[in-house]
Amino acid sequence: MSLTAEFKDPSLVRAIIKNMSDIQTKPLTFMEFCGTHTQSIFKHGIRKLLPKTIKMLSGPGCPVCVTDQKEIDYSIALSQLPGVIITTFGDFLKVPGSDGSNLQKARAWGADIRIVYSPLDAIQIALQNKQKKVIFLGIGFETTAPIVAASILRAVKDRVSNYYVFSMHKLTPPATKAILNLGEIKLDGILGPGHVSTIIGSLAWEFLPSIYNLPFAISGFEAVDIIKGLESLVKQNVEKKPQVINTYSRSVRPEGNTRAIATMNEVFYEDLACWRGLGSIPDSGLSIKSSYKKFNAKDQFDIRIPEPELFNPYDCQCHEVIRGLIEPPECRYFKNKCTPDNPLGACMVSSEGACSAYYLYSYE
Amino acid sequence: MLVWFLPRVLALPITFTLMNNQDKVLLSHGSGGRLSHSLIKDVFLKYFTEPQLLNNEDASTIPDLPAGKLCFSTDSYVVKPIFFPGGNIGKLAVCGTVNDLSMRGALPLYLSAGFIIEEGFLIKDLEMIAQTMFQYSQKSSVKIITGDTKVVERGAADKIFINTSGVGIIPEGRSVSTTNAKIGDYILINGTIGDHGIAILSQREGMNFSSTIQSDCAPLNMIVESLFNICSSIHVLKDPTRGGLGTSLNEVALASKIGIEINEDSIPISRTVATACEMLGLDPLYLANEGKFITFVPPEEADKILIEMKKNQLGIEASIIGIVTDSHPGLVLMKTIYGAKRVINMPSGELLPRIC
Ligand code: SF4
Repeated sequence: MSLTAEFKDPSLVRAIIKNMSDIQTKPLTFMEFCGTHTQSIFKHGIRKLLPKTIKMLSGPGCPVCVTDQKEIDYSIALSQLPGVIITTFGDFLKVPGSDGSNLQKARAWGADIRIVYSPLDAIQIALQNKQKKVIFLGIGFETTAPIVAASILRAVKDRVSNYYVFSMHKLTPPATKAILNLGEIKLDGILGPGHVSTIIGSLAWEFLPSIYNLPFAISGFEAVDIIKGLESLVKQNVEKKPQVINTYSRSVRPEGNTRAIATMNEVFYEDLACWRGLGSIPDSGLSIKSSYKKFNAKDQFDIRIPEPELFNPYDCQCHEVIRGLIEPPECRYFKNKCTPDNPLGACMVSSEGACSAYYLYSYE
Repeated sequence: MLVWFLPRVLALPITFTLMNNQDKVLLSHGSGGRLSHSLIKDVFLKYFTEPQLLNNEDASTIPDLPAGKLCFSTDSYVVKPIFFPGGNIGKLAVCGTVNDLSMRGALPLYLSAGFIIEEGFLIKDLEMIAQTMFQYSQKSSVKIITGDTKVVERGAADKIFINTSGVGIIPEGRSVSTTNAKIGDYILINGTIGDHGIAILSQREGMNFSSTIQSDCAPLNMIVESLFNICSSIHVLKDPTRGGLGTSLNEVALASKIGIEINEDSIPISRTVATACEMLGLDPLYLANEGKFITFVPPEEADKILIEMKKNQLGIEASIIGIVTDSHPGLVLMKTIYGAKRVINMPSGELLPRIC
């Protein structure tokens, strides 16, 4: 039994699901925003345990999946520069660029690309390779942005002059708004991301009940956590009282992690960002402030890449998967042309992507 | 390949000894000249003592093989780091090939050992590796009867690579193969999964993650033989090394064209590995093992096999983890602890470091 045993208790899961179906009065559709939730839901088989009248949709919460094509092309282009070492998280290596190449292929052709588990490891690499330029490809939401910000502050402190960040960080509340504003899907509640909320706090989500009249339940990632979150969404629907309910209070506080937020704000500012599937959303990304300009890869490396062609040879439907419009098996390439070994789209690359979760864990 | 030889004429004039603590392997150690001989004599022949090795021959002969079918296997070992909690590359090289032979029901008998060494490798490390190889060849009752050493320039190899090949004999009446799983078979494993994978990951640079977990690397031939002693109808043996239990189960399901259903609840896993996997976001089903095997046996034999496994030090935590079904051929399903079934897929291309 692991340390988190109490959040994995099968009998508790069954009891809460029973309660859920007892109180539920009409069919409900919920979206889990976060890719870690998507993965956990599939891994534990939770969709299969839920009452048939509860439908789950996967949202845009996988950082690799929502990274814009242009940013991927730019990353690959950076790797081709002489004298650079690219550092990044493993998942990112397989995302196909517009021309079908990816960082993994670039590495095979000789680019120096290293997988790290933290940007602080990239700083180490920079210190050990002073004659090279070490670029960290920063993807991720509010969860990874503070540590990337911290790495830049560390570089300042330790006078590391060969460290650069290409910031592709994105913010989750604006994306949630964007999905709701599109009005393409009708939701009865959102399962709130536990890790992101640990940083930004539960108060950051108040706009959902107040403006969109939508129930929101922040939840952790174990089965009991997820089921408790869904139970709260069912209850809020029955009682017709949408609120922000924090079922992950062992980690999430109303104001969030103020230190992490301060670090993030020191280095980054909110900027227009382009999301795969959702397009440009104002104030939904994090760019490096001009005071830290010398660490900004966008400023320091003058490369221009062609606009990605709109024509998509495989018409991958990631953009629709991300918006919850289709389920991965509805894509005609799912499981035949598109597999985790040979992903046609970003949603099949990351283990948190909906296509990959379907592929890995679901059958029938 | 050349059998290590120590020509008597040449052995005498070598007057210098160079084996102090910080001595390193030089390119000239691989040149076939005097330095080569001194390396072989002072490091390898100290431990590898089979008479065949001492003859000046290009190949070894094997006298009097027992009756049965000859079984032959080879594997190369490139693990990084070469020393890890619970073992080193030499232990892996002996156990790995011994286990490969065992998984066909063979009695492993003889091994070859080929070394590719990067210039600058510490001789004391090489000696430690040779010593471990000797120790585990003894433990598993196999003889290392031929070998080869090459030294390559810095950067052309990462410290040391070892290849071992092995021959063994499959006694009459045994028919063990991944194609041999039968509907209704019970599936057993001899202990906890993922220990080797986590032991290696915990040592990796940039991981900053300390763990007390030891690799499970061990020769399995003795425990496997003990099962053959009590059961003549073992259908499948497979060691879930690279790719882990999830991959091995898929391989059997595909090869035997059967369906597999396992119970998450019954898969042994240590608390440390489970916690490490949670922290790192890894699935223990796909982590490497080096001292584990799964076996498929007729249902009526399963309890007996389980009891026998548990008698062995390497099988204390043995468990029946699943069954073979005729529904969903080629597919492995797992009943999660919550009672829902999900697929266990083949993992896709790994981005993890070299683990074996
Ligand atoms: S299955 Fe592949 S091609 Fe289809 S939407 Fe998903 S990632 Fe794109």
